[in-house]
Amino acid sequence: MSDLEQFRQETRTWLGDNCPESMRVPSRGFDDLYNGGRKPEMDHPDQKVWCDRMAARGWTVPHWPVEYGGGGLDKDELKILREEMARISARRPLDSFGISMLGPALLHFGTEEQKLEHLPKIVRGEIRWCQGYSEPNAGSDLASLATKAEDKGDHYLINGQKIWTSYADKADWIFCLVRTDNSGSKHEGISFVLFDMEDPGVTVRPIKLISGNSPFCETFFDNVKAYKRNLIGEEGKGWAIAKYLLTHEREMISGFGAAPKKSVGQMAVETMGADATGRLANSMLRQNIAQYQLDTVAFAATMARVGDEAKSGQGLGAASSIFKYYGTELNKRRNELNMAALGESALGWEGEAYHDGVASRDWLRSKGNSIEGGTSEVQLNIIAKRVLGLPDE
Amino acid sequence: MALVLNEEQQMLKEAAAGFLAEKAGVAQLRALRDSANEDGFSREVWAEMAAMGWAGIAIAEEFGGIGYGYTGLGLVLEQAGRNLSASPLQSTVLVAATLIAELGSAQQKEQMLPAVASGELLVSLALQEGPHHRPEQVATSARRDGDEYVLSGSKILVADASTASSFIVIARTSGDAGDPAGLSAFLVDAASVGLTIEHRSMVDSRNAGAVGLDQVRVPAPNLLGEEGKAWEGLSRTLDIANIGLSAELLGLSAEAFERTVAYLKERKQFGRVIGSFQGLQHRAAELFAELELARSIVLQALQAVDAGDENLPMLASAAKAKLCEVAQRATNEAIQMHGGIGMTDEHEIGFFIKRARVVQHSFGDYNYHLDRFALLSGF
Repeated sequence: MSDLEQFRQETRTWLGDNCPESMRVPSRGFDDLYNGGRKPEMDHPDQKVWCDRMAARGWTVPHWPVEYGGGGLDKDELKILREEMARISARRPLDSFGISMLGPALLHFGTEEQKLEHLPKIVRGEIRWCQGYSEPNAGSDLASLATKAEDKGDHYLINGQKIWTSYADKADWIFCLVRTDNSGSKHEGISFVLFDMEDPGVTVRPIKLISGNSPFCETFFDNVKAYKRNLIGEEGKGWAIAKYLLTHEREMISGFGAAPKKSVGQMAVETMGADATGRLANSMLRQNIAQYQLDTVAFAATMARVGDEAKSGQGLGAASSIFKYYGTELNKRRNELNMAALGESALGWEGEAYHDGVASRDWLRSKGNSIEGGTSEVQLNIIAKRVLGLPDE
Repeated sequence: MALVLNEEQQMLKEAAAGFLAEKAGVAQLRALRDSANEDGFSREVWAEMAAMGWAGIAIAEEFGGIGYGYTGLGLVLEQAGRNLSASPLQSTVLVAATLIAELGSAQQKEQMLPAVASGELLVSLALQEGPHHRPEQVATSARRDGDEYVLSGSKILVADASTASSFIVIARTSGDAGDPAGLSAFLVDAASVGLTIEHRSMVDSRNAGAVGLDQVRVPAPNLLGEEGKAWEGLSRTLDIANIGLSAELLGLSAEAFERTVAYLKERKQFGRVIGSFQGLQHRAAELFAELELARSIVLQALQAVDAGDENLPMLASAAKAKLCEVAQRATNEAIQMHGGIGMTDEHEIGFFIKRARVVQHSFGDYNYHLDRFALLSGF
């Protein structure tokens, strides 16, 4: 038996013995995934059991190095683990910004001490992180941020306000962009610091969205302490880290463009019926859905192509610049078509009959996809200038 | 299969780009048009292309080809699209040779494929009868009479009609129009008694024509495959043809786009280059995104042909529909962003929209393939 075959057998056995039955059900979306933290929210107590068991092997973040608590798996082993989890419909044990965003930045820019301090806690789901980027006057123009960090020897004193801080009300720590210097251009003088949200100077107010949910917050800092040992990279050089992290965020958001298991077209046939030739009964809706599905096929091929190009050493091509823009626009189109295909049953807001309004709430939530993490318009500016080389006004 | 080009394919692509830009570019197409050349392409250039192996690029080595597969042919077609190169690559190499390989007996393949691969035999498919691509609607009849078949009917939009030495005629040996069963494919000599070729001047300045069949007698051994059973091979050939034409549209669209972006950086109005206006920048960026999607679906579809993917019909319609959409947008934006000069015959950009429209229409346009894509996707 090859090593990989043996790994597969052992993984299958271990998952069979350790994944609770209740965790072998696909999650409904982001909201019922386990995020860990000091005050974890759980739909089911098995969520923590499952997370702890996986974390003990480093499999909550299987591709991170073992010395930082990860699983140390190579890409073949990682693929096997994912396949074996999918085989029994096992949920991801832990989902967090620590894994998807801060972790990659720390691995790239952090000191050895910082990595050893923060990464294992992310793997174990002990600390839940949030991201302090946008401010009321620094949205698309993020580099205009003004939250002030004053040098006090071994720490900075932070004063200012962040907005659109995802899950700040549930987070334990924040990775935050602050201004340590005002004298140069706006991209200079930005620093990337980590601090504890338990500081009495932190105030968090959730923002209720049109979807009825409150995934974002306003976050206020009044003389909050951030220790210098938690400054990532050099003081004043935080913009490079911010950009690096934004590409991770954009990749994550563009993943929303992936086609769901049951296509919108097939769902529409279930709700509206088809004619004798198998064509959806409403020819206008059919055309709109076909255009959307055609683009999802071509978008999936593009994600695959860019991945293959990167693997073959051709680097991340210009095509990757379109992911955030195209993926989020596709997701908005899918939600609009979903509403049309479902008809009245998509209009519900609460109650069993409407699955608690999942269709309408997802539809409304999707409108933010092309705003958060860089608007579609900012993405088009980036393509026009950096890829096509068109000049500034 | 990874969605990347290997070294051999990369070299082929570069060789094709260099050769076609020099020998078969837009200037040469204009010269062919202005000299009212009925061939519609240069036979000397075609001989050079054949000498490089391109006439047999997708033909198996056992039949005299070089066996680079359809991914290889697609790369050459993409470059032909970029340069608007006129040649029998589409009519003979992409379509007719594929149909012969799909339907022909071992003996027929041995007779014809090496002759195609050498560049000497020019064959074209005579399929379409009405204004739209509806292959199962073929009404041209073929009646068995002793050792011969007698064919009657009329075909239009036959590519390279006046240079082909023979045609593959799709005719009905049984059943009614609309019935895929009962269609047969015949190899018919262009010099047959009762066969007439009418050269038609088309918008893209390429050679196409109408073929009339009035009681044309064809020897029975010229039947390709079994009588009444051409549909499966024809259908697969049309899928491959549409994928190859998508590759041509990809090159054409990318070239029109790149010429347009270059113009945006050069043309000044209101005291600055027009490419600095956000109204144009965003349209260019959106088109760039669409072209990236187009490139991916074409490569995926080409590789699917070579891999024998069972999803080919859906991918073929996806590729053709997407490329029809992108080509139309790219060529329309090319003219609009060039402004008045884009409307002149003197400027080359207008040649792109003309060729694109003919390719879009050939073997099913956007509407045909979007409908088929939806049907094959279960709605």
